[in-house]
Amino acid sequence: MKMLATTELSPDTTAQARRVGPPILTVEHLSREFGGVLAIGDLSFTIAAGDIHSIIGPNGAGKTTLFNLVTGVYKPSGGRVLFDGADVSGMAPYRLAARGMSRTFQNLQIFFNMTALENVMVGRHLHLNTRLLPALFRFPSLVRKDREAKERAARLMTEVGLEKYIDADAASMPYGALKRLEIARALASEPKLLLLDEPAAGLNATESREIDAVIKRVAATGVTIVLVEHDMKMVMGISHRITALNQGRMLAEGTPQEVAANPDVIAAYLGAAP
Amino acid sequence: MNALLHGRLTGLLALGAVIAVLPAVLPNNFYLDIAILAGFNAVVCVGLNLLIGYAGQISLGHAGFFGIGAYASGVLVGAYGWPPLLALLAGALFVGLLAFLVAKPILRLKGHYLAMATLGIGIIVSIVLRTESGLTGGPDGMMVEPFRIFGVELYGEKVWYWVVGVLLVGVVWLSLNLIDSPMGRALRAVHGSEVAAEVVGVDTARFKVLVFVLSAVFASVAGSLFAHYAGLITPAKADFFKSIELVTMVVFGGMASTFGAVVGAVVLTLLPQALTVFQDYQQIVLGGILMATMVFMPKGLLPTLAALLPARRRA
Ligand SMILES: Nc1ncnc2c1ncn2[C@@H]1O[C@H](COP(=O)(O)OP(=O)(O)O)[C@@H](O)[C@H]1O
Ligand SMILES: [Mg+2]
Repeated sequence: MKMLATTELSPDTTAQARRVGPPILTVEHLSREFGGVLAIGDLSFTIAAGDIHSIIGPNGAGKTTLFNLVTGVYKPSGGRVLFDGADVSGMAPYRLAARGMSRTFQNLQIFFNMTALENVMVGRHLHLNTRLLPALFRFPSLVRKDREAKERAARLMTEVGLEKYIDADAASMPYGALKRLEIARALASEPKLLLLDEPAAGLNATESREIDAVIKRVAATGVTIVLVEHDMKMVMGISHRITALNQGRMLAEGTPQEVAANPDVIAAYLGAAP
Repeated sequence: MNALLHGRLTGLLALGAVIAVLPAVLPNNFYLDIAILAGFNAVVCVGLNLLIGYAGQISLGHAGFFGIGAYASGVLVGAYGWPPLLALLAGALFVGLLAFLVAKPILRLKGHYLAMATLGIGIIVSIVLRTESGLTGGPDGMMVEPFRIFGVELYGEKVWYWVVGVLLVGVVWLSLNLIDSPMGRALRAVHGSEVAAEVVGVDTARFKVLVFVLSAVFASVAGSLFAHYAGLITPAKADFFKSIELVTMVVFGGMASTFGAVVGAVVLTLLPQALTVFQDYQQIVLGGILMATMVFMPKGLLPTLAALLPARRRA
């Protein structure tokens, strides 16, 4: 791992000058087991509103499981998840989405039966009239808002660099573009909290830099970002705080500099290296 | 994707034109009768395609809903003297409620559970229709009074042809509208990835239930009108094989294509008339068509044909 080298990165001055926001996401003693094995064990931490907060850890550390617990895809075996001050443990994902949480997936979850633009338009679901009768009879207000949603979706695709795929079928798009399509779809729902599960995995250096820029731009609009990423250069460069996991448990937490210097983190990474 | 599949207005106009011209070229009432039957099947298939083709769910019991609609009309009008329109609406309401009650617990489950449960509904409906002979006439079926509305009696192939034609255009219009709406995209999203749909706020269970109920109601309305048209209904119209036939029409014509569902219904209604062998071995032939479609054109007839045409991007 390139972990050690990144400690030489110049300290992020903007991060030092920032005020720490109120907690937007808190997990308390969270655990989840699969067949007796703890994928997440007694995990507690807090994410401040407005932060780019990264979760790092070797493969199998429990990062994706944590995302699944936070977004309601899995139910916790124990502990709580607090979002925006409310206990949302075990709440269905669509309800959490309505409260302002969205995410992308490490293993792509694309609607391959639609165009790219329609994928993003599904992200507008919460902001549109989704009732049956207005749809069946094509109420003018529904049609008008749908047209606006289409334009908005096209703009979002442009913002993440997908302008040339606006009319493409999702099934015809390359992997790197699909990764960004997931981000655009999640953004379309206008989340307060956006969880990105390895958005740069499998991308080349140029594409990674583009994702990096997209994340920064989104964060600049006030969206809190939870980032799982193996690209340590990206993580060290853009995170305000980092939580390091190992085997489902908290290993270290702090600023990028603190975490990178943590002996346990270094040991876990070196130990996990093939 | 192709204009042939998704062009709303073009497709509707083409369908309307075919329906308008057809009586002029059909030589006699025998052919008109086949066209009417194809129309009824098409109405059911357009609804079923919303469930199967777009939302990616399955029903092996839709003939049961068709049958309930048919018998609701037959019994309420015949034995209780209800006005036919009211009986049709009552049948549709009952089917809607039944579909809701069944779907609510089951659509939370996936794939084959739904297949099994809908299979069960179909079987129960056809058993009830066979055994409640006091009301339904049992296995021999029952006579149904003609459809009367505002003092007019709908009678004969010529009249019914237009009734079914207008109904089909209406149902296709509704289906195209639905698909091109936020709810329609939510349905397709359920098919594409339930978890991805959920995390942007789609209550997937709700939409699965809704589309199941809607498609069941389409079938019920078609069943009611069919009963009045045919004048005689039998439990065979509600049984398992009829359900399979409907699914085959949808899959053959083209899943996730409203016009594909119409084409599938029409072709598979005509085929048995054209091939006499079909009548003796209907189930085998249907099974063969279903398998061959899955193997050789998994997207169905219309989408496969459309893909062969030079690609024309949607506006
Ligand atoms: N659905 C599941 N069923 C069984 N085991 C699971 C499941 N999801 C995750 N796990 C296990 O939990 C552990 C953590 O996995 P994961 O959260 O995917 O790690 P990471 O994302 O950090 O690589 C692994 O041992 C994995 O095998
Ligand atoms: Mg993972």
